[in-house]
Amino acid sequence: MAKVMGQTDIGPPDFRKFLPPIVKENYGKWQYHEIVKPGVLKHVGESGDELYSVRVGSPRLVSIDWIRAICEIADRYCDGYLRFTSRHNVEFLVSNKDNLEPLLAELKEKGYPVGGTGNSMSNIVHTQGWIHCHTPATDASGIVKAVMDDLYEHFTGMDLPAKLRVALACCLNMCGAVHCSDIAILGVHRTPPRIDHENLAKTCEIPNVIAACPTAAIRPDPKNKSVKVNEERCMYCGNCYTMCPSMEILDPVNDGVAILVGGKVSNARTAPSFSRLAIPFLPNNPPRWPEVVEAVRNIVEVWIKDARKGERVGEWIERIGWENFFKKTGIPFTDKHIDDFIFSVPTFRTTTQFRW
Amino acid sequence: MSEKRKTPMMDELEKGPWPSFVTEIKKAAAKNESAADLLGLMERSYEDKVGHWKHGGIVGVRGYGGGVIGRYTNLPEEFPGVTEFHTIRVNQPSGWFYTTDALRSICDIWEKRGSGLTNLHGSTGDMILLGTQTEQLQPCFDELSSQGWDLGGSGSDLRTPSTCVGPARCEFACFDNLDLCHDITNTYQDEIHRPMWPYKFKIKIAGCPNDCVASIARSDLSIIGTWRDNLIINQEEVKNYANAGLNIRDEVTDFCPTKAITYDAEKQELNLKGEDCVRCMHCINKMPKAVKIGKERGASILIGGKATIVQSAFLSWVIVPFMKMEPPYQELKDLLDRIWEWWDEHGKMRERIGELIYRKGMGEFLRGVGLPPVPQMVYQPRANPYIFWQPEDFEENK
Repeated sequence: MAKVMGQTDIGPPDFRKFLPPIVKENYGKWQYHEIVKPGVLKHVGESGDELYSVRVGSPRLVSIDWIRAICEIADRYCDGYLRFTSRHNVEFLVSNKDNLEPLLAELKEKGYPVGGTGNSMSNIVHTQGWIHCHTPATDASGIVKAVMDDLYEHFTGMDLPAKLRVALACCLNMCGAVHCSDIAILGVHRTPPRIDHENLAKTCEIPNVIAACPTAAIRPDPKNKSVKVNEERCMYCGNCYTMCPSMEILDPVNDGVAILVGGKVSNARTAPSFSRLAIPFLPNNPPRWPEVVEAVRNIVEVWIKDARKGERVGEWIERIGWENFFKKTGIPFTDKHIDDFIFSVPTFRTTTQFRW
Repeated sequence: MSEKRKTPMMDELEKGPWPSFVTEIKKAAAKNESAADLLGLMERSYEDKVGHWKHGGIVGVRGYGGGVIGRYTNLPEEFPGVTEFHTIRVNQPSGWFYTTDALRSICDIWEKRGSGLTNLHGSTGDMILLGTQTEQLQPCFDELSSQGWDLGGSGSDLRTPSTCVGPARCEFACFDNLDLCHDITNTYQDEIHRPMWPYKFKIKIAGCPNDCVASIARSDLSIIGTWRDNLIINQEEVKNYANAGLNIRDEVTDFCPTKAITYDAEKQELNLKGEDCVRCMHCINKMPKAVKIGKERGASILIGGKATIVQSAFLSWVIVPFMKMEPPYQELKDLLDRIWEWWDEHGKMRERIGELIYRKGMGEFLRGVGLPPVPQMVYQPRANPYIFWQPEDFEENK
């Protein structure tokens, strides 16, 4: 076979090639949509055309066998058209209504979860964890699997007060929109980097290692041709380890998971907001991280019981106050919850208004 | 891995109703040694409670500085199949639309050239081909390219722009965000493929303020669809929602952040005080048949969004409250060029644009890129008098 030479800078394929005919015809002219049932959206065009989208959760890490299997399904019911969402779901695009129920039946028979629409929990956005990351404080896929198994009924049902967006990042780099999620599961390192003085100068640019530290905790150590860490200033971000493998941050005993809550990205109702610390540390306990699963379920259950219809986790907490969030969830409030990083001041209460 | 290694903890994660990534690794492992060793390595990580990957070396394809993430295990003797296990980022089509033929073309290449494992999709939006050897990178790219695919960004470059479903299937889309994403991705191929900046730069484009791609949290430059005139209300459809049982006051108007919209239960009508509306989308989301976005449409441009590392997380800040979004998007592209030039000139290594703006001051940024200050940029004006006066503020310099 003749060697194929790759052409550079051709850019991605034009999405227009991949749009089903019903989408081309109704492009920019959709009139409204309804959620027919969990996981099934119906979009109606000004023309009266109806497009059904069936949303299916994926494990994000998928084999080509899985891709080929969903392609077969899309060929059978969707004329070969499908798309993905920003949260790792597949959407089968059904333009012939007669295909809807047979598609749902096949998906059910084969065990594909259909859901993630309206007042439900969508798929967990997450990072690579021990599958592929070099700075993880925890695994990603394993915790996600355990949490989704436990909260499965909230993906396939729409019985929550509002939508629930959970995300996981396996270290403090917080890849993914973890920092603005209803519930964020975050891998945390808790011990300073251990310096390999012998190899540091050989493998790393010392000025870059020093500059990488957000708290200026890293100083040159000319005697060792290495660096020193002021451990009191280190907040274990692992930024130096990203720059330099001789600053080992992974710690099998002390790494673990923190839980943050109440963030959102949508502008609907309230402004987008950050997730804030609920639980500073839970242990890494593979394969199913029972402490993390239990902690997430507890927060979800208290929210379901206490929130008004339409309130996302952060809106609920805003109404009842953080003091009541800690009381109702039974989560202890500690010195770890009080911010002492750069932008801490606006989080301190400057009023005598609070709840007991 | 010659002998089949026992993986009891991985096996445990095949149980339960949610689809299992372990099952996926096993499917790939049946055909591919690297995937088989990945499974073993994962079991080892679960035993050790620590990751087993080393830092990426410099690997890639000819002509590009990004798009491939180098990865090596620190246990190559035990798991030779993942001695090299690099990731290839394939630039997704706008809105993640595919045909089955297109997806199969990727599968066929990846079956031959890699582990057979993928992520659909990665955090930035690319299709991630997970795990291959250095020698496979160039042939894999050549074959991808011959099928019409290209690589996305990585490192200190423009990362692959991504966008929501937009006008292809959403009545809320305020402009053709799919076209804009495709257009700027093609315009800035050099910036995507050849890292040359202080750090990464992400662009995400949301068709409306619901921001389904999390642009305000996850991108340095957030483009969020909006409109300037009033909501369009269809009172007949309001009545239909009411008669169908929607509690409009409890579920819709009570949540209006500015009390711009109120419900007259007797007449079954919505009343709008247009000047108070902040276009949050709530009433539209709840009653899409009855309330629609206005007609004077465009986008808000915000800057600086990023995750926590290094200085703290930022949500993007408004710098242009309203810009028309029509091809060829010249006003936006001119602005991008000015922003990148200013960042390149003043930014330190590994300093995101948001951190630079915080360090130098928003005023200096706005003057540097030539954007006029408007009240939509801030929640409130400053409470201190420490103004950095400019020479041109004084009469003698005018």
